[in-house]
Amino acid sequence: MSKTPEKQPGDPNTTGHTWDGIEEFDNPMPRWWLWTFYATIFWAVIYTIMYPAWPLVQSATAGVTGWSSRGEAQQELVAFQEANAPWNARLVETPLEDISKDPELQQYAVNAGGAVFRTWCAQCHGSGAQGAPGFPNLLDDAWLWGGSLEDIETTVAYGIRNEESDDARYSEMPAFGEILERDEITQVVQYVMSLTNAQTDDAAAQAGKVVFEDNCAACHGEDGTGDVFQGAPNLTDAIWLYGGSQEAVTQTVLNSRFGVMPAWENRLSDAQIRAVTAYVHQLGGGQ
Amino acid sequence: MAMLDKHKILETNATLLLVFSFLVVTIGGIVQITPLFYLENTIEKVEGMRPYTPLEMAGRDIYIREGCYVCHSQMIRPMRDEVERYGHYSLAAESMYDHPFQWGSKRTGPDLARVGGRYSDQWHVDHLRDPQSVVPESVMPKYGFLEHRIIDGKYIGDVLAANALVGTPYTDEMLENAQADFRAQADPDSDYDGLLERYGEKVSIRNFDGQAELTEADALVAYLQMLGTLVDFSTFTPDANR
Repeated sequence: MSKTPEKQPGDPNTTGHTWDGIEEFDNPMPRWWLWTFYATIFWAVIYTIMYPAWPLVQSATAGVTGWSSRGEAQQELVAFQEANAPWNARLVETPLEDISKDPELQQYAVNAGGAVFRTWCAQCHGSGAQGAPGFPNLLDDAWLWGGSLEDIETTVAYGIRNEESDDARYSEMPAFGEILERDEITQVVQYVMSLTNAQTDDAAAQAGKVVFEDNCAACHGEDGTGDVFQGAPNLTDAIWLYGGSQEAVTQTVLNSRFGVMPAWENRLSDAQIRAVTAYVHQLGGGQ
Repeated sequence: MAMLDKHKILETNATLLLVFSFLVVTIGGIVQITPLFYLENTIEKVEGMRPYTPLEMAGRDIYIREGCYVCHSQMIRPMRDEVERYGHYSLAAESMYDHPFQWGSKRTGPDLARVGGRYSDQWHVDHLRDPQSVVPESVMPKYGFLEHRIIDGKYIGDVLAANALVGTPYTDEMLENAQADFRAQADPDSDYDGLLERYGEKVSIRNFDGQAELTEADALVAYLQMLGTLVDFSTFTPDANR
């Protein structure tokens, strides 16, 4: 135990209370600290007057600035809508085929459409529109439902085989596992693969040709080139949505496929749909 | 001051200090929290909100079990970039039947508050099985095992009852038919009229995962496809001052 130091002359006063003989000097707080503290109190009062703050009986005080987070977001959204409004109006008024004839408008459509694509379409069709197994590549020349501007616009607006839109494109391939015999399926798979791939069993492929003509040609065409009015894919190109291996093609014939695309008519504006149509069309495969 | 002189009593009596500290914290809490229960501008009336169907509720439990909320938020903030990317900002009413809410606090993946209807069921199944197969740049882990875990909704009635206990307006009829509704929603060939009658015509009835069995993937996809689709925004005008 050290001895309590004697109080020296010139020492500040003590605060007055003692504990086990320990006393505390009553030093003033640093000026800068004290004034900062007063400033924060002052700011708090101003803030609660300017901005929404105090809960009352029905609602909280709104603040004299009238600020709200929703209001601010709305203002910003409207500002950008208004800035784009003349362009969007032009986009909606111009016939789809004529958009690309106006370089300025085409540039706007492609940039705006690219933004729409990356936000809403890229998750399925890929950030570069390269597609994924089950989700079509939009860069190539193969189109299930047609690759003209109007076809693309219809597909974007109403989607494919969804429940939301009555105008959705619709077709359904039967599950041939319940219709054909197992060896007929093996044969028709061999035939379909022979259309693009020489590595097939010729005898089975020959037999499969008959099965194909009886069961598949109605939609996929006599020559297997498909039909865009029914979304029946061309089987003579080397482009496979679900894979072109014997296993994958057999799966398709056995169980059929039923690819769904949502309708965008209620989520996107007309201008956005037309912009993304122009964007997809100019990616390379547009017809 | 006489009052301050008595402070020594508090400082020298631990129990009394505890009691008074608690009192101070209580007052602070009441002042902050109570107004939220009665202020009209914290709650808004919207049309379309309904309690989750039994299958969606099971999907929600899987969502929580797998910790989806750790990487995905369900809260679109009122900011232009979020509204442009995800859709209309979230409303308080949209999480009124969430116990607990799934707002989350971090977005490693995107916000899911309005993911419903944005992708096809098959996309969700493919994406849960192998996220990189559809989004190559994704860092999400694989959840393919959900497709193999068959569920029968044996205890889903109890889950609904527990939610009813904390205020979700499940009717007795909903609780009694919970397991039947659970099965009906994932089977378009079933008799699902009761389900639609109880939860509304807008309930999606589909074989969500495309398999014959009813699995956890069915429940999770049913939940995801419902998210953010309940409120009818055609009848709703947001009050900017809320």
